[in-house]
Formats: sequence, C-alpha cells, structure tokens
Amino acid sequence: MTVAPRARINMGGKKTERAELRSPRELRGIIETVLRLAKSAGAPETEVHVDEVADALTRFANNGIHQNVFEHGVTVSIRTATGGRTARATTNRLDEDSLRAAIEASLSLAHSEPPDPRLLPMPGKQRYRAVRRFIRGTAALTPEDRARAVRLACDLAARKRQMAAGIFSSGQSQTAVGNSRGLFATYCETHSQFSVTMQEDPAASWAKADSADVREIYPQKLAERASRKAHLAVKTQELAPGRYTVTLEPAAVLDLVGFMFYDFAATAVQDKRSCLNNRMGKQLFGKNINIGDDVYHPLQKGAPFDGEGMPRQKVLLVDRGVPKNLVYSRASAKMARRKPTGHGFALPNEYGEAPMNLVLSGGDSSVEKMVASTNRGLLVTRLWYIREVDPYEKVMTGMTRDGLFLVENGRVTGAVRNLRFNQSLIEMLGKVELMSPSIRATGEESFEMVVPAMKVRDFHFSEVTKF
Amino acid sequence: MWDLCTNALDTAKLRGASYGDVRAMHLRQRDLTTKNGQVGTLAQSESIGIGVRVLANGAWGFASTDRLTREGVAACAAQAVSIAKASALAKRSNVVLAPEKSYVDSWQSPFRKDPFEIPLETQLALLLAADGEMRKVKGVTLTETSMQFRKIDSWLASSIGSQIHQRKVISGCGIGATSFQGGEIQKRSYPNSFGGQHALEGYELVDSLELLKHAPVIADEAAALHAAAQCPEKFGTVILAGNQLGLQIHESIGHPIELDRVLGQEANFAGTSFLTLDQFNKLKYASRIVNVVADARLDHGRGLGTFAYDDEGVPAQCTAIIKDGKFCGYLSSRETAHLIGLERSSGTMRTESWNRLPIIRMTNVSLLPGTWDYGDLIADTSDAILMDTNRSWSIDDRRYQFQFSTEIGWEIRGGKIVRMLKNPSYSGITTEFWNSCDAICKFDHWTLWGTPNCGKGQPMQTMGTGHGAAPARFRNVRIGTAFSKQ
Repeated sequence: MTVAPRARINMGGKKTERAELRSPRELRGIIETVLRLAKSAGAPETEVHVDEVADALTRFANNGIHQNVFEHGVTVSIRTATGGRTARATTNRLDEDSLRAAIEASLSLAHSEPPDPRLLPMPGKQRYRAVRRFIRGTAALTPEDRARAVRLACDLAARKRQMAAGIFSSGQSQTAVGNSRGLFATYCETHSQFSVTMQEDPAASWAKADSADVREIYPQKLAERASRKAHLAVKTQELAPGRYTVTLEPAAVLDLVGFMFYDFAATAVQDKRSCLNNRMGKQLFGKNINIGDDVYHPLQKGAPFDGEGMPRQKVLLVDRGVPKNLVYSRASAKMARRKPTGHGFALPNEYGEAPMNLVLSGGDSSVEKMVASTNRGLLVTRLWYIREVDPYEKVMTGMTRDGLFLVENGRVTGAVRNLRFNQSLIEMLGKVELMSPSIRATGEESFEMVVPAMKVRDFHFSEVTKF
Repeated sequence: MWDLCTNALDTAKLRGASYGDVRAMHLRQRDLTTKNGQVGTLAQSESIGIGVRVLANGAWGFASTDRLTREGVAACAAQAVSIAKASALAKRSNVVLAPEKSYVDSWQSPFRKDPFEIPLETQLALLLAADGEMRKVKGVTLTETSMQFRKIDSWLASSIGSQIHQRKVISGCGIGATSFQGGEIQKRSYPNSFGGQHALEGYELVDSLELLKHAPVIADEAAALHAAAQCPEKFGTVILAGNQLGLQIHESIGHPIELDRVLGQEANFAGTSFLTLDQFNKLKYASRIVNVVADARLDHGRGLGTFAYDDEGVPAQCTAIIKDGKFCGYLSSRETAHLIGLERSSGTMRTESWNRLPIIRMTNVSLLPGTWDYGDLIADTSDAILMDTNRSWSIDDRRYQFQFSTEIGWEIRGGKIVRMLKNPSYSGITTEFWNSCDAICKFDHWTLWGTPNCGKGQPMQTMGTGHGAAPARFRNVRIGTAFSKQ
C-alpha cells in the first residue's frame, strides 16, 4: 500500500483517505441557524435541506486504472413560503452571510411570483420508522482497497486475453430536513458499486452489483461472470428481427420497468401524461404482476421521508395485474382527496411525486430454468439507450448490449448480433411466463430497484445492428 | 482564488505529483418553469469549490472539496496525489501528455442582456403569457414553459504555468403543449423539445424566440395531431428539420468521434465507437456534400460548446471531422492525442463542475451549411416526409444503428407540403444514412442548436454541446419502424 508522505501540512492523518461526514448534531445546527436567520429576515415559513456526500470512484479500462476520483461536498437548500408564494435557493457555502444571502434570494424569488391559493402550509413534526443503511466498512474503503480489487479483475482479463473496463465506487451520504413548524428528519447511508465489462474482440459482456455493504459485492465473481459470457459471445450470427421469447436478466428488467415509475405519480395522472390515465382499476397486466413501492424493503436504499419531510409509506401499486394505487405528495393528495404517501419531491416543482423504491415481486424460477424451458428464444444480458416512443402505450425502444444469446431446445447455442426493440411495457407485463426471486438489480438506465429475471413471450425486436 | 489554486499545486508537487491542474469554479443557476398557468419550479442555486487533478507515479488522481481555505485545498491536493499513487497499483502504462503551451488569460462570453439582471417578474410574466396562449387552444391538456440561466466562472491553474479565468453566461428557454385524447398523447414543443433552445447567450436569446407568436401554433398542432394520418412504414426520402438534424449529428457523429470511446476508456458505460483507428482518414463517412467540424471558437457561434480554453488549458480550435464526406478528425485530449500520435490535443476536455474530472466532450459539432434554399428544397422533392422536433432517440453502444422519432411530420408530394403526419420515425445505420444525404440548406436556414443534457462519464456528468444544422434531405431511409405493429 502506498501512503502519501506526511509532514509540513497538517493533513489530519487518515482523514485525507476518507472523509468524515458531519455529525447529526452539526446538521441540526446548520438547520437551526438557517431557521433563526430566516425568522430574522421575516420569512413566515422556512424549510431547510442539508445534504452531504463523500464519494469515491475508481475507473478502469484497457486493463488498468485510468480515472480515480473523490469528492466531498455539502449543500444547504432553503425554501421560504409567504402568502401563497414559495421558492428555493441553494448554496454550498455555510457561513452566516452566505446562508443569509440564500434566504434573501429565496424570499426575493417568492415575492416575484403570483400567489397560488393551493399552496399548503409546511407540515409539522412527523414520526419516522428507522432504517439502518450505513455500513462502516463501506465508508472506510480506501483507494488502495479499490485498486487491489480492480487489479484482480484486470489480471483475470489479461490471463484470458481480454480487456477489462469498469468502476469500483464507494461512498457515504447524509441528508437532513427541517422546517419552521418543528419537522426534523435525518438519514445516512453508504453505497458501493462494482461494474465490469470484459471485452474479447469483437464481443463484450458485463456484470454489476450495488449494495450499501461492500462486503456483499464480489468483484472477482462479477469479473469471472463477465469474462465467461464475453468469450461465449465472440462468434455471433445474425438473427432476423421479429417476436421472440426472451429471458431478461434482472438488469434488463430493471432498465425497462424503471421507465414506468413516474406513471404511478398522482400528478402525472392529474396532468394526463401517465399511461395509467383511465386505466386505474382495470386488468392492465398479467395476473402474476405485483408491484409496490417500499423504502423499508431490506434490499432497498433511500431516506424514509420525502422532499417535504413526510414519512414514506409502503404502497401497493399493482395488485395481480391491476393498477390499484398511486403515490401522492401533500398537494396531489389534497387535490385527489387522498392521504399523502410520502413520495413528494422537494418543493416547488411541477412533477409532484414518484415512487422511488419499486419492488416487483418475483417467482420461484431462475434464469437457468427459463432457458431450459425455452424451445427457441433469446437470453438478454443488458439493455441500452432505452427511450420512450409512445407514452400512453408505453412503447420503449432500445438496444441489447454486452451479450445476446440464442436459446434453442432449452440451452444456449450461441451468440447473436445485437437487436433493437420497440416494445410496449404494458403488453410485455401481460406476457410474463416465469420470474425468478427478486433481487436488488442495478443497470445504467434506471436507478436501482428490486426486480426479478423474467421470461417473456413475443418480445418485439425490429432491427439488427452490425455487431 | 489564484492563491488557493497555487497552494493546491504547490502541495501536489510536494507530495510527489509530476503534473497538476486545479479548477476552481463558481456556478450560479436560475430555473423557472410553469405548468398549466401556475408557477412550477422557482429556484436558484450556487456552488463553489475546487478540483485538483494530478499525475503521480505515472497515474491519475483527482479530488475535490468545497472547503476553500488554505488547509482545505492543501488536504484536497494531498488526497489527489494519494489517489494517484493508488491508481498506479493497477496502471497499464505511464500517462504521457501531448505538449501544450502555457497561457495566462481571462475571457468572458459575450452577451447583451445579463439574464440575472432581468427582473424575475418580467421572466415569469412572459412564461405565464405563453402558457396562457397555449391553454386557449381546445384539446390541449397540459402546458409547460421553462427558462434556465447559468453563469459559470472557472479559474484553471496548471503546473505548466497556465492561469486562465473564463466566465460563461448560458441561457435556455422553451415551451410545450401536450394533448391527451382517445388513448393517445401528442406533444409539440418550441423551439425544440426537452427545454427548448440553449446557447452561450444572455437574455437576448429569450427575446429572439418570440414565444407568444409560436405558442398558439404548437398548441394547435398538438391538438390536431390526433386526427392526422399515421406516418407510413416504408423506405423513402426524409427531410430533417434543423433541430432534429442537430440531435442526429450529436448521436451519430459527435459521440463516435470521441477518442476516449474509440480507445476503450468508456467501454463500461457510454460505450465504444465504430470509428476505430484504422478508419482514420479512410472511411467514407458521408456523401461528398457533407462537411462537419468540431469548432469551439467564438467565430463559429455562441453555442453550448463555445469557449476560449478547454478545462485542461488547451485553446479552442476548429477540427475538421468530415471533409467532403471523408472521416478525418477525432475529439481528443492531451493524453489521448499522444496515444494515437497526434501532435496536439484538439482541446475538448470539459468538466461539468468543480467536483468532476474533465473528460473528452463534444464542443460545437456542426454540419456546415450547403447550398439549397429551403423553399427550393421542398419544391425539388416529389415524395418525402419532413420530420420536425425530436420525440425519442436511441443508438447502439458503438453508434451504428439508430432510431429517432419526432413530434410531427409533414408529407411532401410534388414539391409541396400536403398534410400533417403523426408519430413519424426513421432508423438506419450511421454511415449508410449520412451517405444518403443529397441536399443541405444554406446558411440562411442554419442554426447552432444547443443540446444541454449530454450525459457521459462515471460519475455521470451532464454537459451542453452545440450542433449547427440546416434542414437536409436523405434518400432511401427506413421510415415508420418505431410504431410498427408487426
């Protein structure tokens, strides 16, 4: 392990290796300072968010580290409300003059707008269910720890005459929200990710894991998995586009289903831009589809409160294929005469709320069983560049990437060139034949959620690319 | 600020760095939106901090902090060196930088009206008035407007002696009308989708857009699209409006020419490129009338990719990318230029903020104007679909196969626009598509479009890029696949 030479400047020893986040007392102190200054400035109501991150990311390509970064920062975001007007100002300077300037900016912005009679007073004190997602071992990970894990992946690639590329990230973050009506909430978590692409010209494959606890991430196993699949994908054949039975690995399911999260926002339905307009309570998906939002799920991360500090509720969104419930901010709940579910974004905003902790219930199958039960179909490792083509039918387009395999008579018989899909998610969730148990999945298009692998029939591929 | 930068460089050198550059940045932003006649977002923010990038033991390290004290930046610099030494544990070879001169300079992007000095009431009143014009149209179910303004100060100091201060003022503005009818959502945006037009300009950008004139037009179109004919599925001629062509350039030329992608440095996330080094100065990328440049100079226009120096202190340049249809240029950095034997970086290293590493980004990657008058182009076209304003976009991870859909299409028959088409889309292979280009409109119809939301890098960075484009015609294009019912 290489250690930076000490001396001359007092660096605080190990603190240069890993940042210490502020204590909960310090966060509360910042909030109380802002509330005091805002009161002096004449703000009738004030809300304060304090967010702090200390994140590191080691990036590698061509079998070596080529980027390696660390950041530490804190932001204070202040919302004032006065006479039906509200606005937000954010700064990362914590001295009283800067905080006072941010308060003045927030008040000035608010005074410039016409009053909105629907603006609700800020919520009062709330009770929160505790969640523990801060793992000391993750917070303590050093650049040397990450470099050693990366080196193992790169050495494996070199032995296999492959090229490794990817990231190993780790970090910690905390957030606190408080307001002038006595609300106060804090949350902290750690996070770590290892993602690896193994390239064996002209093929590549990929594996990735995400966890609050770095001990649950196995870089070597992920590298070995990507390496095996890259080797399998070297010789490809071109397959005609069309409808195929597909086995979607969890990352592929996540990156597709993740695009539905905002459709479950009450504001999206009120604005008539959700695919659930006029479809609530109807049999929209297959009866084997159950979707909920649950920040307390053991595989989930995130704060147990929303942008206004309201406690997040567990919400059943889809029950046996029927959309049953939406998530509500305080404003959209009032409009719909419902109770807020604790999913609101920080105000002011035009999007309202969204479920940020989707859990799609799985089954008892496995990727291996799905492949074994397929007469002719495709095994999809990962999807890429997914975009919405039709917002109401929820048609998504995108490409397969990093390993698309032909399945014949219950086994993988070879790799095929990547295909473009144009597929309605509504239709897809009506044609799910098998599901694995749900896992914490991580991809690149959606934020992490808990989803299963899926076997889906009649998945629509429209075009083929050149590799 | 220079004292802090110098302090960081001194510390990095003491700790063993062979090279260092320090970026202090102060970013200010104002966001205003309306929805259905009410104010949506009303916010402003500022962020100030410092990022230190160093080479030690032949490898890179980067650390950033918002602690702007001598102790804070010294600790940050020491940490960057410590990280670089950790990088060296798994380096493949020593990093070598292409030579570059040092510069001491200060530059400010030109603007006529400081958007932060325009009263908020004036800005909101314009947005609410445009919102109101759209809501007057029957069938419109959702109206949205937005303005975004940024003022970015950056101070770059490097161990080769550069000290460069730059101030950029950026403005963006757009409006949109959405109509939900009979199980179909249609939307029209002006002057472009996803936030409108963005440029290195002041409030004069907003003035130039004439929002109140265009608001009822797009609202009418959004409502009318429901009754329009479906875009057919076929191979045929497509004319792309400038705003759509700008994104086509971004995705199918701008990204594949990034040398970090070509060299595999983005293989895990953003992907690689079909423009492998053996294609350099050989590939017939496009038809002979196609000329593309990457031009960060102010002479090219006030685009999101305009600056005086990139974020590793290399002066803005104009690089030929496609000349008379032939591929002839990459976007490079000091490190990557050296790797392929170029004498100098093309000056495209850019960072989103003080807490992010500079990476290769597009500057203004623009299709140079052609010779056609727009009216003549339409009159010369017997059977085509004109596609306007992007709705969805997707391309594979080597930038070969793409699919785009636009908000609205217009059928051209016998040299005239004859009717509106809904759900237009087209797809293809990059080089086949660009080789099918047979007409490009002249400078009178050319706009330097801004793409404010280009994501790249890990951790993700969002960067603004510029794309000059005039309407252009493409033959034998696959049309309508996105909405195929096959």
